[in-house]
Amino acid sequence: MFSYFLRRVILMLPVAFGVSVICFLLVQIAPGDPLTAIMPVDATADEQAAMRAIYGLDKPLPIQYAIWIGNLAHGDMGKSIATGRPVAGEVFGAVNNSLLLAFSAAVIAFPIGIFLGFLAGYFRDTWIDRVVTAISIAGVSVPNYWLGIVLVIIFSVNLGWLPSMGAGPGGSQDWSWDWLHMRHLVLPAVTLAVVPIGIVARTVRALAGDLLTQDFVLALYAKGMSRGDVLRHVARNAAATALSVMGLQLGYLLGGSILIETVFNWPGSGFLLSNAIFQRDLPLLQGTILVLALFFVAMNLIVDVAQAAIDPRIKRS
Amino acid sequence: MKHLTKGFAALVVAASLCATGAVAQGTLRIGMTASDIPLTTGQTDQGGEGMRFMGYTVYDSLIEWDLTSADKPSVLIPGLATEWAVDADDKTKWTFKLRDGVTFHDGSPFTAADVVWNLDKLLDDTSEQYDSRQSAQGKSRIPAVASYSAIDDHTLEIITKEPDATLPYQLAWILMSSKANWEANDKSWEKVAMSPSGTGPWKLDTFVPRERAELTPNEAYWDETRVPQLDKMVLIPLPEPNARAAALLSGQVDWIEAPAPDTIPAMTGNGFVISSNAYPHNWTWHLSRLEGSPWNDIRVRKAANLAIDRDGMSALLGGLMVPAKGFLPPSSQWFGKPTFDVRYDPEEAKKLLAEAGYSVDNPLKVKALISPSGSGQMLPLPMNEYIQQSLAEVGIEVEFMVVEWNQMINLWRAGAADPAVEGAESINFTYFIQDPFTGLIRHLSCDLIAPNGTNWGHYCDPEMQALFDKIKTTFDPEAQDAVMRETHEKFVNDALFLMVTHDVAPRALSPKVKGFVQAQNWYQNFSSITME
Repeated sequence: MFSYFLRRVILMLPVAFGVSVICFLLVQIAPGDPLTAIMPVDATADEQAAMRAIYGLDKPLPIQYAIWIGNLAHGDMGKSIATGRPVAGEVFGAVNNSLLLAFSAAVIAFPIGIFLGFLAGYFRDTWIDRVVTAISIAGVSVPNYWLGIVLVIIFSVNLGWLPSMGAGPGGSQDWSWDWLHMRHLVLPAVTLAVVPIGIVARTVRALAGDLLTQDFVLALYAKGMSRGDVLRHVARNAAATALSVMGLQLGYLLGGSILIETVFNWPGSGFLLSNAIFQRDLPLLQGTILVLALFFVAMNLIVDVAQAAIDPRIKRS
Repeated sequence: MKHLTKGFAALVVAASLCATGAVAQGTLRIGMTASDIPLTTGQTDQGGEGMRFMGYTVYDSLIEWDLTSADKPSVLIPGLATEWAVDADDKTKWTFKLRDGVTFHDGSPFTAADVVWNLDKLLDDTSEQYDSRQSAQGKSRIPAVASYSAIDDHTLEIITKEPDATLPYQLAWILMSSKANWEANDKSWEKVAMSPSGTGPWKLDTFVPRERAELTPNEAYWDETRVPQLDKMVLIPLPEPNARAAALLSGQVDWIEAPAPDTIPAMTGNGFVISSNAYPHNWTWHLSRLEGSPWNDIRVRKAANLAIDRDGMSALLGGLMVPAKGFLPPSSQWFGKPTFDVRYDPEEAKKLLAEAGYSVDNPLKVKALISPSGSGQMLPLPMNEYIQQSLAEVGIEVEFMVVEWNQMINLWRAGAADPAVEGAESINFTYFIQDPFTGLIRHLSCDLIAPNGTNWGHYCDPEMQALFDKIKTTFDPEAQDAVMRETHEKFVNDALFLMVTHDVAPRALSPKVKGFVQAQNWYQNFSSITME
């Protein structure tokens, strides 16, 4: 198991390097100028040139990359051009907030998705299956930023039950697990959970439906096993694939919540990324994309290892 | 028991009244359009909004804008300087008398040495306190300044590079941070950012980057009339318009900047108040005057200005605009009496175009740079489509080149001759037009032709240049105002821009917000506000 883990970690390194190159180059391709965020629009050409030199933006791209990757190797992600604050502090603070949101959404989405999927798989081609399928398709199809706005109108504006924005009454720095703070989490987490509910339910339905028709299930019933015990075997067989889908979904939840974080003014990585894009804040953009991409890679690693632990056939292959 | 019950009920009522009172005593929560708390160390970023909320709140400048009236245009008034004058013989030498008895929030006294220290912070990159971030914001605001020195604790001397009567306007940009506080924070601007110290009416109490800043009153503020009446003012970055509207409607904030026009009926229907006023903002098409540009023909420029039904556009924007009658808003002290009447007259427009050789059947083809969004751009896509349709009706066919806002700024800086603008003959760019330089000079001065300056269209006219020079060398404020009016009249009479509209800085307020006077300025005074 350890050698398998080690092999997977070593394979991660070239991926991480590739990610660093791609995210550095991608942000350079976009037209625009990071100095726009820090200088008055009518600053003279000379003043802009002087500022460009201060931030090292006048150097050739390969040199800028070498400096960036060299600093990164020393744990220094640089400073945000727009705010002057260290990128590491900005990114990890925001990722922390996004993790809070992503895991909350996962806690809502995965059990519901698994339950609905199993229900539909078990009662395949019945009205239950059709209702669950309709729910899943709706979950995947409804634009979640639109749903977020609708939920805000209902629960914040009309009913006044839940806040529409922010990560707590005093901001995210004093987060605690009490209702005063958690009520800020409800609407964005529910909104974010809708897509993975649909995807997980569809996946589990297909897996469960397929497994329930296999010979080993018939054999288990023939041996006199109860329905509950048979379902347990089916669940175990479905777990590896379902886990893989859920792992990827968790990655998407973390990195793909730009719109949700914007709608709810949630101070996470998506919100940070969207601001960094508009301001062409290259160090912040590079740092955020890199951390999110590495998180995605790490999630894949964890899923692979967990799959191997659940299903030894994967390790052997 | 009955007494106990009554007593308990009275306590509950009293407690609930107290609780209501605690909220209503005076915490004002504002949803800004900025995506981050503006730079807190002195010179702010985030444009006009940064100066509004983190500039003139926490800090003061030597000369400030009068923000007390909604009915008349803002003018300069004494700030940390009580009086100033240029030397009678040497028009480059200015003397400023500084206000006595002013202290920074940290308790240190404000003196002329602090002004020198602050100017070095922006202009002298060898000084210990030089801050590239503040310099990036402030240096370009004071191009006239050559040198400066403290004559005594309360007398400052500034030498300009050449005679420049616009210096007082330039100095209104420069905010004074505390040297003592910088030293107490290990001479680190990063640390100062978390606990800044100015002389302004508000102190920064707490600050969470990207999330909120809480300001409390400076009870010892030197101007008693501007000591804040609120207990606290909370600034929350809410860049997404729908999130801002929802935050106001759900009671999470009491005030939002720039509500989207389509959310305004919902707000007014729920008892919220829309505050707006004319201010020095201009939504225009800056025209290329390069050789071969169709806008070199004054008949074409006038025809385009006559082709736009501004009342129709006002309906599009829910009435939240001032139709342009010139380059400056009609209420400006520098508007003057131009002879060209900017109005909707399509027949006259067609006539002028026919004289220039164009018609609906033989239209003039022009290319315009526009952006889908951007700071101060209002609703650029529908507004530009409206203009496109209006111009088509008289014989001008517009092709748009749409670029994202950040790139738009670069193309504006690059100028009409830059290959990157791909031959576009106009650019839809909104302007801060609050003082002589930002209002008039920078757009058309021969020495500021892009990319050296912001004369995007490469316009250069000796007659106009003479007027600009006269503005800079007229030191009597009233006489200078007269030259400004004369200059603006030329802007309008020559139809140098496509003059469309002015924003009215709409903001939506909870009915609990009382005492706000919206000045005709980019900055506002929050000291008079109370919460009901």
